[in-house]
Amino acid sequence: MSVPTDIPERAHPADGSAPELSAEGPAPQSSIGAPPKAASLESVLSLRDATLRLGDRTLWSGLDLDVHAGEFIAVLGANGSGKTSLLKVILGQHRLESGSVDFLGEPVARGNRRIGYIPQQKLADEGTPLRARDLVGLGLDGERWGVSWPSKRRNQRIDDLLDAVGAAPYSKVPISLLSGGEQQRLRVGQALAGDPRLLLCDEPLLSLDLPNQRAVSELIDRHRRERQLGVLFVTHDVNPVLDLVDRVLYLAGGRFRIGTPDQVLRSEVLSELYDSPVDVIRTRGRIVVVGTADAPHAHPDGPHSLHDEHHDPHHAAESHEGRAW
Amino acid sequence: MTHMDAGWWSQIFNFTDYGQLVVLLHNSILAGAMLGLVGGLIGVFVMSRDMAFAVHGVSELSFAGASAGLLLGVGVVQGSIVGSLIAALLIGLLGSKARERNSITAVLMPFGLGLGILCLALYPGRSANKFGLLTGQIVAIDTPQIGALLVIAVIVVIGLAIVWRPLTFSSLDVDVASARGVPTRALSIVFMLLLGLAVAVSVQIVGALLVLSILVTPAAAALKVSSSPLVVPLLSVVFGMVSMVGGIMLALGGSVPISPYVTTISFLIYVVCRVIAGVRKRRSSHGRMPSAVPSGARFGAGAGAGAGAGAGAGATVAGAAAVHGAAGTGAGAGAASVGGAASVGGAAGVGGGSGGAAGDVGGRATGTSPIAATRQVAPEARSTSEGAS
Repeated sequence: MSVPTDIPERAHPADGSAPELSAEGPAPQSSIGAPPKAASLESVLSLRDATLRLGDRTLWSGLDLDVHAGEFIAVLGANGSGKTSLLKVILGQHRLESGSVDFLGEPVARGNRRIGYIPQQKLADEGTPLRARDLVGLGLDGERWGVSWPSKRRNQRIDDLLDAVGAAPYSKVPISLLSGGEQQRLRVGQALAGDPRLLLCDEPLLSLDLPNQRAVSELIDRHRRERQLGVLFVTHDVNPVLDLVDRVLYLAGGRFRIGTPDQVLRSEVLSELYDSPVDVIRTRGRIVVVGTADAPHAHPDGPHSLHDEHHDPHHAAESHEGRAW
Repeated sequence: MTHMDAGWWSQIFNFTDYGQLVVLLHNSILAGAMLGLVGGLIGVFVMSRDMAFAVHGVSELSFAGASAGLLLGVGVVQGSIVGSLIAALLIGLLGSKARERNSITAVLMPFGLGLGILCLALYPGRSANKFGLLTGQIVAIDTPQIGALLVIAVIVVIGLAIVWRPLTFSSLDVDVASARGVPTRALSIVFMLLLGLAVAVSVQIVGALLVLSILVTPAAAALKVSSSPLVVPLLSVVFGMVSMVGGIMLALGGSVPISPYVTTISFLIYVVCRVIAGVRKRRSSHGRMPSAVPSGARFGAGAGAGAGAGAGAGATVAGAAAVHGAAGTGAGAGAASVGGAASVGGAAGVGGGSGGAAGDVGGRATGTSPIAATRQVAPEARSTSEGAS
């Protein structure tokens, strides 16, 4: 256990001072915005001084965020901190209280096919008359009226997408017979069908086993590099994608921090964000956050660290004192 | 004993003056075919949206509306349409989540049934009419009513055709569909209205208690043997039409209502499909490519289905048999060629019944090289499938 492992340590700021963060308030142009290697300077999505209020609750305010083409941003935070609501704002389903959100230079509107959406895995029931390829096909033209007739061109496009996500071998299998990992590959294919510039992923790894978490997140990573897609990846556990993430957006208690994982996932930064002592523990290449106020059900046996198994979606997201980000 | 048997028998099946009866009742047969089409199509969405119980609830309210229409002299068809539209809207608006929907349905259903019984008890007319609303009365329906039912059925079919693809999308995954801009909420209301209309038509014909046999059973049977978005609705329509038209034809001479015939036929179709699904589950790989069997069974199913749809009742039998023949993946070389021939014959609509039977027999024959057999059947079935679709 105590063998010193060579953890791929990220470089910490040399001066030791708190890194520059675009915090809440009128901090213009997130200065951390220097897009990392995979990303270009082109911004596909930009939020400016955005405030979201649902009912009488302010989920977050003053949010400035630029998602560059090819950039992978993980959105972290407690339940109810407004992670999913952020995606809904970008999809045009929630309206901002103030501020603006532009996609490819235009204000967002409902139903933009250049924004791909990947939801969490949910098992399709037996009454669904669709095969794997039909699920991907709906990504091509599912929003159009009428009946879809098979055509050579459509079939070819579906085959290409199935190949791209490694789902060709079960192209004709009913989706109710597919495993969670197979379904998530198809959902990636479905999202890619609209030829998107931005992928919104809402807990896409939830209730997948570790190899499938790996496979699906690498699939998303590969396509964002190849196609220069911006990725906003909402997750309660950053560890499966830690190596892929360029920046994290951490939402808590109406405030937020944006920066690289090393800049944000630090005890002093999160303690300040939560306004209470929070420990960020790095161990064996993983990050565990302990003591966040939103984890009220403390485990008596100390930090529930390194919980590799997030098989149960209902329990994984709550009741952990030791929160593995 | 034998005397009684004979009496029952002639009540249930009686084919004297059959030709004249068919001519007299061709309207009913047409309405039955139309209902088979409507039920088969809407049933696909009832299944994929998991709304079988809601259908039952709507049909009880439709019954209440029909009885009220009878009592108040407004008309049975009008009353049942109003009743089922109100019920469908209530369930659609209040029950967006499955559990909520089930409880609302369970609350509405007995209320509707009670209301209907009250109206019928107050109605001074003959009691045969009353019973008909619960158990079916197509033969008693007059020409203007049939006309009204046909118009409603056409509205439902056209409406479904317009919303088909986005409705499929939102039935599969409402969040992704909505992210793509599909108006999921409006669609679900539109679907409920179409469902209400379909139920109102069905109540007239098979009766409130048996609506499920035409709006759910055919689609459920089709889903047992296929998952293709093209084959399932086609099969479901064929099953619905066979049940309806077959039931009416058998019922013509007897003095029993048509519903037992319709429900029995649709039930038997379901049983056969379940058996086919069970056999296939044990033998096939569900179309996964890396295994030794290159999914000949699924291609075969597609071929059989297309054939059945094109050629009507006789060919359906052939189609089903062809499915069985092709599904026999462990079959010999002889089986492969005969099974393939059966599905081709079905598509042409020639000698479907016997060809299918031969395929079935061939499928059971033991052969020497199973893999060779499947290789042989796969390309043939594939080409048929493409031709049919």
